[in-house]
Amino acid sequence: MELFDLTIHELHERLKKKELSSVEATRAMLARIEAVDPQVNAYITVTPEEALAAAEAADRRIAAGDIAPLTGIPIGLKDIFVTKGIRTTCASRILGNFVPPYDGTAVAKLKEAGAVIVGKLNQDEFAMGSSGESSAFGATKNPWNLECIPGGSSSGSAAAIAARTATATLGTDTGGSIRQPASHCGCVGLRPTYGRVSRYGVIAYASSLDQVGPLTRDVTDCALMLGAVAGHDPMDSTSIDTPVPDYTKALTGDVKGLKLGLPKEYYIEGLDPDVKRALDEAIETYRGLGAEFVDISLPHTDYAVATYYLIATAEASSNLARYEGVRFGHRAEGAANLIDMFRKTRAEGFGAEVKRRIMLGTYALSSGYYDAYYLKAQKVRTLIMQDFLKAFEKVDAILTPVAPTPAFRIGEKTSDPLQMYLSDIFTIPVNLAGTCGISVPAGMSGSGLPIGLQLIGRPFGEETILRAAHAFEQATAWHQRKAQL
Amino acid sequence: MNYQAVIGLEVHVQLKTDTKIFCGCSTRFGASPNSQTCPVCLGMPGALPVLNKKVVEFAIRAGLATNCRIAPRSVFARKNYFYPDLPKGYQISQFELPICQNGHLDIEVEGEAKRIGITRIHMEEDAGKLVHSDIPGLGSSSGVDLNRACTPLLEIVSEPDIRSADEAVAYLKKLHQIVVYLGICDGNMEEGSFRCDANVSVMPVGSTTFGTRTETKNVNSFRFVKQAIEYEIERQIELIEEGGKVVQETRLFDPNTGETRSMRGKEEAHDYRYFPDPDLVPLVISNDWVADVALSLPELPEARRTRYRSELGLSDYDAEVLTATREMAEFYEQTLEKAKQVAVGFNNKFQEYKKSNPSANLLDFGQHLFAKSAANWVMGEVTRALNEAGKSIAECPVTPPRLAELLALIEKGTISGKIAKTVFDEMWSSDKTPEAIVEEKGLVQVSDTGAIEKIIDEIMAANMGQVEEFRVGKEKVFGFFVGQVMRASKGKANPAVVNELLMKKLKGE
Repeated sequence: MELFDLTIHELHERLKKKELSSVEATRAMLARIEAVDPQVNAYITVTPEEALAAAEAADRRIAAGDIAPLTGIPIGLKDIFVTKGIRTTCASRILGNFVPPYDGTAVAKLKEAGAVIVGKLNQDEFAMGSSGESSAFGATKNPWNLECIPGGSSSGSAAAIAARTATATLGTDTGGSIRQPASHCGCVGLRPTYGRVSRYGVIAYASSLDQVGPLTRDVTDCALMLGAVAGHDPMDSTSIDTPVPDYTKALTGDVKGLKLGLPKEYYIEGLDPDVKRALDEAIETYRGLGAEFVDISLPHTDYAVATYYLIATAEASSNLARYEGVRFGHRAEGAANLIDMFRKTRAEGFGAEVKRRIMLGTYALSSGYYDAYYLKAQKVRTLIMQDFLKAFEKVDAILTPVAPTPAFRIGEKTSDPLQMYLSDIFTIPVNLAGTCGISVPAGMSGSGLPIGLQLIGRPFGEETILRAAHAFEQATAWHQRKAQL
Repeated sequence: MNYQAVIGLEVHVQLKTDTKIFCGCSTRFGASPNSQTCPVCLGMPGALPVLNKKVVEFAIRAGLATNCRIAPRSVFARKNYFYPDLPKGYQISQFELPICQNGHLDIEVEGEAKRIGITRIHMEEDAGKLVHSDIPGLGSSSGVDLNRACTPLLEIVSEPDIRSADEAVAYLKKLHQIVVYLGICDGNMEEGSFRCDANVSVMPVGSTTFGTRTETKNVNSFRFVKQAIEYEIERQIELIEEGGKVVQETRLFDPNTGETRSMRGKEEAHDYRYFPDPDLVPLVISNDWVADVALSLPELPEARRTRYRSELGLSDYDAEVLTATREMAEFYEQTLEKAKQVAVGFNNKFQEYKKSNPSANLLDFGQHLFAKSAANWVMGEVTRALNEAGKSIAECPVTPPRLAELLALIEKGTISGKIAKTVFDEMWSSDKTPEAIVEEKGLVQVSDTGAIEKIIDEIMAANMGQVEEFRVGKEKVFGFFVGQVMRASKGKANPAVVNELLMKKLKGE
């Protein structure tokens, strides 16, 4: 087994026993990136110098007997995380030259824990997309099949795990952007409850839906990463002041008597047969472990995608107004006047999908349309939240597919935005409800692509879904499969 | 046809908190460009706003002082528009659910009282500033200074209850006085700390339907407000009389010409696409918090004026002048507070006073004794000296306790009012107590009748001619004798005693 194949907890054991230095682990990871990333395109920016300096610092720390679970571990960050002194593009041309003057809270916490940041990962532009194809830095490929998409928007964050070019990564999830690529790339991906992790220093797409979360090789790593970045932050008014438990303690392997809900709205006609088979097998596995199943209903599921595309785009239209070329990022040349400068800068700087969503959102907020679109969507959002709260009166967690199909081929859906939007149909409701969900590897398609299952927890119920995901992982071996590159 | 103007005002009040509304940067005026900024107020990607609690407290103060209802739950909203001085491409403001609603202010114009409704007060952030000039290293170009970005503002919106430019000015002056009194705004109109947009329309007298209104922006002095409104009323009436129509538009006041001119029409009006800011949670204000703020409110000018009239027996004019600023009123009250404690030295007068005020105690009497003289001194000598020195009352070298000591010396008869002015001038430039000055300069008033009689006798002996004149009825020469005696005593003779003795002696009694 190569060093880049090891999980966080495996690396940690070796670092702790001084069998290995962080510099060695980091060098191995940088070499792996150099070897395979040209095929995968998971990275926008690799930072070998900074990484090695951090690794040396981690080694000194370890030598002094001060080791945290992430100390010395090579980690990649979605390029949506603002990093001091390191270019942060959000995969957009408009931020192509943007070097932030500060670190966001999640990044600062990782650094404080001694993690080694190896680079900034590719994504859909401004996290708008489900395939990674909207990046201004080229599409990321799925390491399991380079002709397929890795999912999105945290495309690089998932692909780097599958390609073994980062031990763990951070992504963001606004409508499924962690869970869906995790499912497509065969890794574990957790979207925490809204407010669990600070959004300070995360470039905003849709502020009321965005949430930071980890993508990892296994559930234990996921618990470690969440523990490192979670917590109240006075810099984010929407972060919630509730204690952060030791999530690894929740990984007991015991799901006996755990009540899992099966929402009838998620087990629909037209679900890909491979996905359906994986789900059926997972249900059997859980039964064997002593979990109980309850049929439930989330009646407003049908409205989730439409609701999401009103709220998310409305917020995005405002969040992206700051990119006009005055203070940072791209500025168009040869503008005749101020308005012209704004227009040209934004026309040149934003890609097609971003422009489409800005226009949708601007329309939804416009005078005369606000009530019919934005306000109505907020009301439906409340109904969707209530669906979940009601369901959680009966069950401990909800088991669903992550995506209706395994990864599709690059280019397959780029000309049909609506089809693309529907690939998030099972993940979007979690964001609207503001609760947590995890994707864990649960099977392979006939054509050799990974399939994940989703466990949805009640707000701040991360421990329950981590426990359930971990028990499943122990009972199966899907997470040990490896993409051949 | 006769026309009636209908006016509503939107006032922007810059709050004098130490830090900005959504970040920890300083709000100090006049720092070098962009030196007081951070990722939040620069609108950097990923930065998030966090509400400054002090701003909320100031807004509650303003709301309580203008009789508003304080909303238990209010919401921040984004006002979206593009401008280079607006870093995020939106301004964080309040829209549907502002912090204060349904208040009013009572004003008085030419003796007539009138109530002006206040629709709402909301909190918002200010924008930055564009600098169009030669920028070092860039030549002629435009720069953006974001020091002011994210500075806290209150927008106070009146009902269209105002009917003339004079009423508008009276309302603004009153509002200005209140926010300065409350200690929430420095009131500096030149620096833009208190600025006003005026909505003006006209309609035929007797009509109940308002005409089409125009909004005149950023008028930043009381005089300009009067000019701008009067110009706008006249312009609209003329337009209608000529068969034209007023168009709804935003206009700009030009202080050089005293005129307003069109800035943008209704078609060019922004659609601000307000929506609740998802980065800020709804603001919940408890009754306890409101009650705490209410307890901490200073006494406002109106209440103070009433009290000065009824409790201190001051005239309307005195009450008005003394309450013009909170500092002046406090200076006066501190002086009076200290002065009345020496009332114990006036037992005879106190017993006299008790005859008509049986329930009065010594302090009540002290207040009665010094209320008027303290008022006269604060409005007179103190104000004169401050004006001459170009100082504010907060910088007055003669402190209220020292002034009180001076008043006590006059009341005791130790010095005359005239000598007191000399003593006051000395106090202004030195740190000495009035007693010390009086003693050092030998200014103690002579009330000893023997000593004064002696002087009078000498003067009369030297001026027998005038004595005769007086005795045949030329009473004017009395003044001559007073002057002579005072001069001979170097101003130290007690004038009351001089008058009394002189009269006796001249009449030969």
